[in-house]
Amino acid sequence: MKLLGLVYYWAFAIVLMIGFYAVIAKPNLIKKLIGLSIFQAAVFLLYITMGKVDGGTAPIFQDGVSVYSNPLPQVLILTAIVVGISTTALGLGIVVRIKEEYGSIEEHEIQEQDRQ
Amino acid sequence: MTDLSHHLPALQVIVPMLSAPLVMLLKPRGLARAAATAASLFAFAIAIAMTMGVLDGSTYTYRMGGWPAPYGIELGVDRFSALLLLIVTGASTFALLAGRRSVDADIDESRQPLFYAAWLLALAGLLGIPVAADAFNIFVFMEISSLASYVIIAGGSDRRALPAVFKYLIMGTIGATFYLIGVGLIYLMTGTLNLADMELRIHEVGDQKPILVAAGFITIGLALKAAVFPLHVWLPNAYTYAPNAVTVFLAACSTKVSLYLLLRFDFFVFQGNLAGHDVQFTYFLMPLAVLAILIASGVALFEQNIKRLLAYSSIAQIGYILLGASFVTVAGLTASTVHFFNHALAKGALFLAVSCLATSCVGLRLSDLGGVAKRMPWTAAAFVVAGFSLIGIPGTAGFISKWYLITAALEQGSLGIALVAVLVISSLMAVVYIWRIVEAIYFAEPSSDLSAVGEAPFMMLAVTWAAVLANLYFGLAPDVPVTLATSAAETLLEHLP
Repeated sequence: MKLLGLVYYWAFAIVLMIGFYAVIAKPNLIKKLIGLSIFQAAVFLLYITMGKVDGGTAPIFQDGVSVYSNPLPQVLILTAIVVGISTTALGLGIVVRIKEEYGSIEEHEIQEQDRQ
Repeated sequence: MTDLSHHLPALQVIVPMLSAPLVMLLKPRGLARAAATAASLFAFAIAIAMTMGVLDGSTYTYRMGGWPAPYGIELGVDRFSALLLLIVTGASTFALLAGRRSVDADIDESRQPLFYAAWLLALAGLLGIPVAADAFNIFVFMEISSLASYVIIAGGSDRRALPAVFKYLIMGTIGATFYLIGVGLIYLMTGTLNLADMELRIHEVGDQKPILVAAGFITIGLALKAAVFPLHVWLPNAYTYAPNAVTVFLAACSTKVSLYLLLRFDFFVFQGNLAGHDVQFTYFLMPLAVLAILIASGVALFEQNIKRLLAYSSIAQIGYILLGASFVTVAGLTASTVHFFNHALAKGALFLAVSCLATSCVGLRLSDLGGVAKRMPWTAAAFVVAGFSLIGIPGTAGFISKWYLITAALEQGSLGIALVAVLVISSLMAVVYIWRIVEAIYFAEPSSDLSAVGEAPFMMLAVTWAAVLANLYFGLAPDVPVTLATSAAETLLEHLP
């Protein structure tokens, strides 16, 4: 039962590492950004999980309900999602500029051109 | 009047942040720059006012919306954060005052309002980190400053800035996300985000393992942002290919804000709570600091581009700051915090001199700079004096931090002797790499026709010399930074068990 209760934390760790792997191992800049988004999404999962209370409902005051989930992590993660979107958007913007200037979005080809 | 001074911590962030959208709308020539400079000057004045306010030992606390902490969001300024605010606003103001020619050369006039708006957002974010007393707000400010910095670094005309900034974006985001994971784990265990409240509640946590993991995530994440060796790979290219004015601004302050946060977290939140954290902190960071000092200085010895050379020297200087902190003593932390200030002065002045050189030289490689001192005597002299400060010649600001650092190292017994040797060797390396530039600009044969080369614009030279004279002034009368640094060190160590 305890292991099952932790399943979301395991998911967090696995998704985090998948994203991290893509960032490090993929030479394509777009794939790196996809990895970065997955990496950040894992952290969203961590925060949402910690706010959930077993059997709790939305924190709206009503009769007959006494267990509420913690809304604060969700609010925090809304902000973090906005940050993540801005980062991805800016990253994609930079990739577009790189493509314009270098004609490639493969890391080694760009390095090759800079070496000349 | 008293009422207004109470609001200073909030104004410190709000002034540049709200000026940014206004600046963006100012299309006519030069207005955007003037408005951005005015906002930055105003922020500088606020930082000076708050430094005066905290010099007697008091602190500012500000509750957003009047909600009491830990439920509401709290802002706080003590002597350590005041020192950082002074560095950040000072660097921004100096860079903007001197930056006209550099920005005009690098950025189309139609895009300049956007550039200055991004600059102010970077400023607001960098100021928000020292002011905020809440871990999640710090994350948001960190991302504001990073995103805006990526924009202004990539804003120039050099295409090599783009891959550099992409690397910075990837590594910066990983660093910030690691920080966020750490904060999340602490929140999971304590249910609070307020730093002061966190420190109290970690005591109550039964199982310390998640806190230990959080400490690891936060330390590594911030070390990435602060370009601690070997996580520094994003820094040299980002500094080298950024527009010169941006390099002056960011090289003087951006990594220091992350280092500030690293020290704040490790000492303020973790040190008193995690058994053996001080020992782990020392043995983890001291080797990295020594490697940073030796390897980065070594790379600087062979670098041809002078911006890149100075960027590697910055990595070495980050090593000095960490080395002082890794002693976990009052003397060590004083040395390290005073070096925040003195390195900002020296590196700021050096990069200002570099942007003066860039106004009329064909390039910034050593071979491009042969003999320019004859044509640009004031710039060359400024470079030499600022270089003395970086090396740590007595009478300059750099000497003060080297002195404190060596004193602190000698307290460490036999290990200290070895560290002093490291410091002396690295200072000698600094002599060599600064000399390489001085040799090129004074004694080398001109490689190209110098008849077109003239002295930099007056305003730029005036600001550069103001920075150089500040190096001399704070080398002879270091009371203010030393007072701030000593008390910052004492505050940080109060939390040791």
